[in-house]
Amino acid sequence: MNYHWDWAIFLAETPSGSTTYLGWLMSGLEVTLALSLSAWVIALIVGLFMGVFRTVPNRWLSGMATVYVEVFRNTPLLVQLFIWYFVLPELVPASIGDAYKAINPFLQQFLAAMLCLALFTGARVCEQVRSGINSLSVGQKNAGLALGFTLPQTYRYVILPIAIRIILPPLTSEFLNIFKNSAVASTIGLLELAAQGRQLVDYTAQPYESFIAVTVLFMLINTVVMILMHRVEARVRVPGHSGGGQ
Amino acid sequence: MINHRLLAITACLLFSTSALAQDLTGTLKKIKDTNTISLGHRESSIPFSYYNDQQQVIGYSQELMMKVVAAVKKDLKLPKLQVTMTPVTSQNRISLVQNGTVDIACGSATNNLERQKQVAFSDTIFVIGTRLLTKKDSGIKDFADLAGKNVVTTAGTTSERLLRKLNEDKKMGMNIISAKDHGEAFLTLETGRAVAFMMDDALLAGQRANAKHPKDWIIVGKPMSNEAYGCMMRKDDPEFKALVDKTFAKVMKSGEAAKIYKKWFMSPVPPKGMNLDFPMSDDMKAAFKNPNDQAFP
Repeated sequence: MNYHWDWAIFLAETPSGSTTYLGWLMSGLEVTLALSLSAWVIALIVGLFMGVFRTVPNRWLSGMATVYVEVFRNTPLLVQLFIWYFVLPELVPASIGDAYKAINPFLQQFLAAMLCLALFTGARVCEQVRSGINSLSVGQKNAGLALGFTLPQTYRYVILPIAIRIILPPLTSEFLNIFKNSAVASTIGLLELAAQGRQLVDYTAQPYESFIAVTVLFMLINTVVMILMHRVEARVRVPGHSGGGQ
Repeated sequence: MINHRLLAITACLLFSTSALAQDLTGTLKKIKDTNTISLGHRESSIPFSYYNDQQQVIGYSQELMMKVVAAVKKDLKLPKLQVTMTPVTSQNRISLVQNGTVDIACGSATNNLERQKQVAFSDTIFVIGTRLLTKKDSGIKDFADLAGKNVVTTAGTTSERLLRKLNEDKKMGMNIISAKDHGEAFLTLETGRAVAFMMDDALLAGQRANAKHPKDWIIVGKPMSNEAYGCMMRKDDPEFKALVDKTFAKVMKSGEAAKIYKKWFMSPVPPKGMNLDFPMSDDMKAAFKNPNDQAFP
């Protein structure tokens, strides 16, 4: 295959002149990080509450959480994104939809992508939390209640501290996934890392260099996340508990 | 005697077939060896290359590409040549041509100097100007009216590049939305997220023909650039390019290309039976008169 390799392309100035192509990749990296981290925070909060709701003895709460999980876990991420971005603004009353569509397009894309990623990942976090809670023996909960704790207190002081330690490893992989999944935002025009890589291809006609650079940057993000999460796991380890080691 | 004659015939046959096999290189050899040609097409570049109601690929560029297929069949004597169709996008078409997934891609690709480093272009099949599609009552008359507004274009196109440059150079404060394809860009315009859609005028006419109310939309603005469309092929494959260019030159000079133009740009086209009503420009007439593969500056 006769391909014209040119790695120096990253240092070349873009046609608009204000930055280099590497600068574009870096601004894409910033958007990817901001999008994934903000979505992850929301996903953790939503997932934690929904996961707890799925295990409580209240039909309404557990029913609501089940519906949430089934809807968000069983539909493709891309479809969800298009619904948030394209469909929802047309379904709500015209005044709200028009007001939303009048704000800065970057913000519109960012908000839609953040909400979409957060709720999709939240459903997965929710299932991790539920399985963590269910993996504990029922004696833990009974002991908490017998000591005079209310149910919320039992969750807060007895069940969750152990359940969350147990699910830290699978949570790490959800955390890694959210960065990778964030690339779907490029389909609605958000200039995150994957989109900047694609834009580089359009402007320079050097697809291999661009895609290799994007791949390396994603791997770099995820290596950092893995190292961080291993540290967190080591920090919070409780000797004598499952997953706790020494 | 008989033996001699047989020998001579056999030698002749052997020589001619081996000569034929030796003559073929690159794409033509691949086509001959596999008895297959792979075509790259677009999905929503109306009326160049797009799906009709039956999910078949139709359009102006598609029809020209099929002329190439016919010429390949004839020249290589492959009456049962298999044709595979691969959809390509603005973003992946160069890579797919380079890595051999498609042998030729005729859609709405602009021939420019950066791209010429990676792929070869056929003779120009179309000439466009980059303009704006907007609502009739939007008050947008030209590019200057876009300051501070939301404007949509399709990612990976020359329009996107021109629009971003204009925005930076003139500090217009436009919010530029880059949609995935032309259909999505028009959806962005139609749902009111953007006041105008910048794209090649012929494609804008195509999107308008596909709108719910085509009469609500107009194409405005002085063209920001003129561009030549060509089919993309692998670089450094002069034999295949010569065949493609020869085929196009023939249909252009015989007046057949003008008929194909009329069919797609001056008559009702699927899916809605709308007439694009897009008369042939002087630049295009010149390209048909003197087939060439030069990029516009």
